[in-house]
Amino acid sequence: MTMQPILTQHVREPNSFTLDFYLRHQGYEGLKKALALPPNDIIEMVKQSGLRGRGGAGFPTGMKWQFVLKDTPKPKYIACNADESEPGTFKDHVLMERNPHLLIEGCAIACYAIGAKVAYIYIRGEFYHVQLALERALDEAYAAGWLGKNIQGSGFDCDVYVHRGAGAYEAGEETALLESLEGKRAQPRIKPPFPAVAGLYGCPTAVNNVETLCNVPLIVKNGAEWFTALGPEKNGGPKLYCISGHVARPGVYETSMSTTMKDLVFGADFAQGMANGRRLKAVIPGGSSVPILLPDQLDVPASFDGIQKAGSLLGSAGAIVMDDTTCMVWLAENLLHFYQHESCGKCTPCREGTDWLLKILRRIERGEGEMRDLDLLQSVADNINGKTLCAFGDAAATPVLTTLKHFRHEFEAHVREGGCPLHAGWRRRGTAAAAH
Amino acid sequence: MSFHPKMPYGTGWHRSERKLAELGPEFAYTPENQARFDAIVKRYPPEHRRSAILPALHLVQAQQGYITGHAMTFVAGQIGCTPADVEDVVSYYTMFFTQPVGTYVLYVCRTLSCALCGAERLTEALEEKLGIRAGQTDATGTFTLLEVECLGACDRAPVVMVNDEWHECARPEDAAALVDALRERGTAALTGCHLCVERRNGQ
Repeated sequence: MTMQPILTQHVREPNSFTLDFYLRHQGYEGLKKALALPPNDIIEMVKQSGLRGRGGAGFPTGMKWQFVLKDTPKPKYIACNADESEPGTFKDHVLMERNPHLLIEGCAIACYAIGAKVAYIYIRGEFYHVQLALERALDEAYAAGWLGKNIQGSGFDCDVYVHRGAGAYEAGEETALLESLEGKRAQPRIKPPFPAVAGLYGCPTAVNNVETLCNVPLIVKNGAEWFTALGPEKNGGPKLYCISGHVARPGVYETSMSTTMKDLVFGADFAQGMANGRRLKAVIPGGSSVPILLPDQLDVPASFDGIQKAGSLLGSAGAIVMDDTTCMVWLAENLLHFYQHESCGKCTPCREGTDWLLKILRRIERGEGEMRDLDLLQSVADNINGKTLCAFGDAAATPVLTTLKHFRHEFEAHVREGGCPLHAGWRRRGTAAAAH
Repeated sequence: MSFHPKMPYGTGWHRSERKLAELGPEFAYTPENQARFDAIVKRYPPEHRRSAILPALHLVQAQQGYITGHAMTFVAGQIGCTPADVEDVVSYYTMFFTQPVGTYVLYVCRTLSCALCGAERLTEALEEKLGIRAGQTDATGTFTLLEVECLGACDRAPVVMVNDEWHECARPEDAAALVDALRERGTAALTGCHLCVERRNGQ
């Protein structure tokens, strides 16, 4: 089942990022409508729409806003998470580059709803050209009175600023993002208190993903029922999927969450199946932090609940597709290199554990592993999983646990044969030599 | 000197591995960068100037190429915090350099989606062409080659970032030509991001 794109309807048209273009396509209608309503009605509307956070956790956005402390003399903030650093995820990039005013409108409505006057868009440092696109759009919005003091004569003031990160995956974790925004190392805080109570500068803050905020103007404009009707129960609205890896047509695809994972990988409207006629081996459906799905597990709706039922998570909807030339020990090593590098170092199990997991995986991949290393991997991963302040620990343990679960025989083959039996042509030429 | 009879203090054990950045030449923003900083710092509440550390450091790096001890002290003065606060931040974020780097810094994405599409081979080809290993700068100071984690452009894998610009679908067999083109035409040789359509078409 396919759905006409909504968030990305015009992104391929020339100059889709300009204010002129946006206003010609009912831009800022949502904000206009919102400013005529009491803020609580907006929160209620978003709650009824069932909008779930698009950053990874799928938490209901309306509830997040409702938790933001009302009776406080402190200022409140919206922090927009544009860090987009989950491997395999590149959807927010499209929205910010080609439809930036939608995000700006979403930020302004969110501020109005929770009673904030400032929104910070935290964008990853590597997205410099995206930052330029956003800043250009912000200038236009200010000049036309869609941001700043007394927006369109409503008496509502709102400022939106872009804040550039400097290369830290962990800054995508909501409390680490706030720390980074405060000019510190991006390391997570102990929760509770949650950001809704004590967030940026200790003030009530709602942290929302780019795609989440982009859905808000649509909900205000078209109503909660319209939004829920777009997808299965509790998984309403349009959804962006990123598909990469060994597929014929990698890219960002927008559809309803009733679309199956199988369709996304093989459908003519989507990734169009495997590249070079190879056979599908596995899919990581929601960014590198979630468990693997096998080819026979893909015939499920690619919704938060559907993917969870299949044994994985929708996460950030970044599906990475692997063909049968992919060695699963190599895959675990590649991802643990990522997690070992990106661990912020605050919690010991994660800081030390990721390092050991990587060392053991390298040893096995090189052909120097022993059978007992398999149990050691399991044990180290179990000692990270669930034992850290933020979800990074679970994410780092997952590639090891999921490959061991589904592909234990490949690990055993490495040990038995003293090396990697599946060394694909796209990998580093010198194996053992280069690994040293 | 030992505080504990069995611990070999002062013999290499328990010696801090913290390396201070070289002090470098005296540092101050150019008038343009000072004006930029003064504008940026107004985005944050006056009692939270510290929020401007990351933008302040980006300005330093844009001006000087890397961040020296003197620059950290300068930023601390601008923010109103200690140089140690600034060093704490510099040492955490991977995009900040405390050593000089080449005119062109090549960041090759090495994470899964790019690796599945040949990023490892691409790095090898670049290493061969430049005569250096990943993590090094060539003798002329023109190129620094780095392997980095996911750049968020997985549909155009393998992707290379050169300074602040993107180069998409970088095939290993084109690596040598890319280096030559960079030498000749600078970052104009890069594809840029496919979403910057108007810019790619020169509009």
